[in-house]
Amino acid sequence: MAKVLVVTSGKGGVGKTTSTAALGAALAQNGKNVVVVDFDVGLRNLDLVMGAERRVVYDLVNVAHGNAKLHQALIRDKRLENLCLLPASQTRDKDALSEKGVARIIKELRTQFDWIICDSPAGIERGAILAMRHADAAVIITNPEVSSVRDSDRIIGLLDSKTERAERGERVEKHLLITRFDQARAGRGEMLKVEDVLDILSVPLLGIIPESEQVLRASNLGQPITLANPMSAPARAYSDAARRLLGDEVAMNVPIERFNLLNRIFGGRAA
Amino acid sequence: MKIFNLFKRKELPPATAPVARERLQVLLAHERASPAQSNLLGSLKQDILDAIARHVAVGPDAVKVKVDKRNTTSILRIAVDIPGKVNLTKAA
Repeated sequence: MAKVLVVTSGKGGVGKTTSTAALGAALAQNGKNVVVVDFDVGLRNLDLVMGAERRVVYDLVNVAHGNAKLHQALIRDKRLENLCLLPASQTRDKDALSEKGVARIIKELRTQFDWIICDSPAGIERGAILAMRHADAAVIITNPEVSSVRDSDRIIGLLDSKTERAERGERVEKHLLITRFDQARAGRGEMLKVEDVLDILSVPLLGIIPESEQVLRASNLGQPITLANPMSAPARAYSDAARRLLGDEVAMNVPIERFNLLNRIFGGRAA
Repeated sequence: MKIFNLFKRKELPPATAPVARERLQVLLAHERASPAQSNLLGSLKQDILDAIARHVAVGPDAVKVKVDKRNTTSILRIAVDIPGKVNLTKAA
């Protein structure tokens, strides 16, 4: 049974696209058929983070308008054959996406994939609502910082009111993913603790992604972090989060970088 | 003596995260309550206006609705401006 998952946050720049790519790749690495869908019409970036920017021919808006078939727009990942990307349009404006078109695309994707991961645009406008509209589950990306936590609270309210499930009186399964977390700073009282964020938002925790230079390195290369450097701390955190999404019990911790010689030699070379 | 200052434990800056936590808790308690409340007031106002307009000609700004929040209860205050002298007991 296919599952539609929206990756959302309200605030921009907290790691939605990075997390979509990483979770999508990690679920595919677990043998699932996965499609990642970029809903950020006009400001697409998932193609770039996934390293598929030069392979985009048709996009979400083309398919929504019936100008292209779904299979023409889907881009199969070169590293994982069970991972696909449906890019957003870069040239059209954000109102180019119709609600009916999105509903039809999601319905069709449900017949082909196990996981449909929707990368939401920032904000609480139409684009963000369209991205969450058909979601069965949501991953809320939050940085341990006041503005991000506040915006996450708004998004949680929208998930409970603007989604199809909410309108049917059902619940959208919600998961909190804390990104850019710095254990040492939280320990010194310089950064909100994980428990603080959980207390305030009251959403079950999916994972804690440590702040890491490896994330930028992966996006420079156009590789999801779980593929670029699977042994790095953020990659292990994302892999654990993906396994929790699949229902596995994985002990919650903040992975730290392992500085062993083999990792130094081979860790950075994976391609 | 300055050389000894190098070995003195650097004073830690005061923890700011508890401040962030408290500010968020206060703010979100307020924000979570307000959107629903404003909708409630808006729809209440419209319903009252509709009911009065069925009997007396009143403009859209004739009804003022306000809620005074107390500790355990809230008081709903409704003020309606009706133009001219209206004998409400006679009307039916």
